[in-house]
Amino acid sequence: MSRWGHDRLFFITTTGLAGSYLLLILALLVAGATFTTPSAIFEALSSGPIRASAALSLITCTIATMLALWVAVPAGYLLARYDFPGKALLDVVFDVPIVLPPLVVGLFLLILFESAAGRFLQDHLLTVTHAVPAVILAQFCVATAFAVRAMRITFEQLDPRVEEVALVLGCSRWQAFHRVTLPQAGRGVLAAATLAWARSLGEFGPILVFAGATRGRTEVLPTTIFLEWSVGDLGAAVAVSLLLVGLAVAVLLATRLLGLRGWF
Amino acid sequence: MPPAALNLLDVTVRSGSFRLEHLGFEVEPGAYAVLQGASGSGKTTILEAICGLRSIDSGEIVIRGARVDHLPPAHRGIGYVPQDGALFPTMTALRQIALPFELRGHGRAEAERRAWELAAMVGVEHLLARRPRGFSGGERQRVAIARALAREPDVLVMDEPMGALDDAMRSRVVESLQGVHRHSGVTVLHVTHDARDVSDLANRVLRLEGGAVRPD
Repeated sequence: MSRWGHDRLFFITTTGLAGSYLLLILALLVAGATFTTPSAIFEALSSGPIRASAALSLITCTIATMLALWVAVPAGYLLARYDFPGKALLDVVFDVPIVLPPLVVGLFLLILFESAAGRFLQDHLLTVTHAVPAVILAQFCVATAFAVRAMRITFEQLDPRVEEVALVLGCSRWQAFHRVTLPQAGRGVLAAATLAWARSLGEFGPILVFAGATRGRTEVLPTTIFLEWSVGDLGAAVAVSLLLVGLAVAVLLATRLLGLRGWF
Repeated sequence: MPPAALNLLDVTVRSGSFRLEHLGFEVEPGAYAVLQGASGSGKTTILEAICGLRSIDSGEIVIRGARVDHLPPAHRGIGYVPQDGALFPTMTALRQIALPFELRGHGRAEAERRAWELAAMVGVEHLLARRPRGFSGGERQRVAIARALAREPDVLVMDEPMGALDDAMRSRVVESLQGVHRHSGVTVLHVTHDARDVSDLANRVLRLEGGAVRPD
């Protein structure tokens, strides 16, 4: 076979393999979108329980994202800037929620909060299990792992020399961080927040085990899909799924508009 | 006799596996000292040790008669101009030149008035409202010099400040540095591999060769 023939075979093979996956994704979206009618989708999304579920999703995802950033910004900074004993182990621990099966995260959270210490905390401070705080905590656990990754990459890309100059100019460590370093990390913080929010929105396994799937109480959008599917109302399940697809696409578009293309 | 502006006494400092041992030299008040050495000879390591960005293994670093090697960078009285200027990307030139004044307790208006004066001294007033993105190499260096002077340092240390400039930009920075030294009288330690920096600026020359600093 000529060289031109080899090249053509190479491009046909690579394009074919990539194209088959693209076709599968498009087929999934088309199947979902054509399963029901726009009026049925609108009707399902107008129902009280689904609107309440959407509202709870938005609230819990936003709180989980803020908590995730609260941890991810300092953790990402430490991992990016300093070498210390146990750093490799710490790095692995931060990644654990990413690789653990979601149900395991939920199960371990449940065991932790049903232990003696956990029960004491719940009896005297805040009821967590099978309540809204459990939803937020489950979302936070997984979202934070992704946010830490994003913040670490952000800080690694910033020139440490700039921060060192700030120290020589008279800044304390804290002043150098909040006046010089953090403003440079603005886009990274936004990327981490977007990623954490999107991960929180799609979280289901840990929420099912740790918070339960109680209609009107711990019901977020993925829970609604599960509940509607379990009672055989596929139309409503598909309507909520399409809402989640819309939100996911909106997040991806927003990240590209903000110039955060490399993050996802 | 006044104490030396900068004195290194038997300093040993490491950078990874690279090590400089028993370094000793002094720079008199008001001198423009150029420390010349080949690339990789350890010039930047010495500057980082003086600034407090790298700890020393032994010896003493003394500035205006006071030992500073145990102090954090902020308390050593040094103005630092790294090789690429290392300007703060999110701050306008005005804000970053005013920052050291604000850190020492000056109000914003007073800090910015003084920043204007320094900017005029190095000829960058036209850049004050802009952020560094888009500045030429020479402009970056002159803003970095003004920012370092805003620290009102006992010693201004500069790491290859003209290392990446073409001839035209280099001439402008040389003029700025000559003017700064003439007007402020600040003590300067300027490290370079370029012999032209010695002939254009130095009134005191130090050579870093074979791990030792020797006066010329």
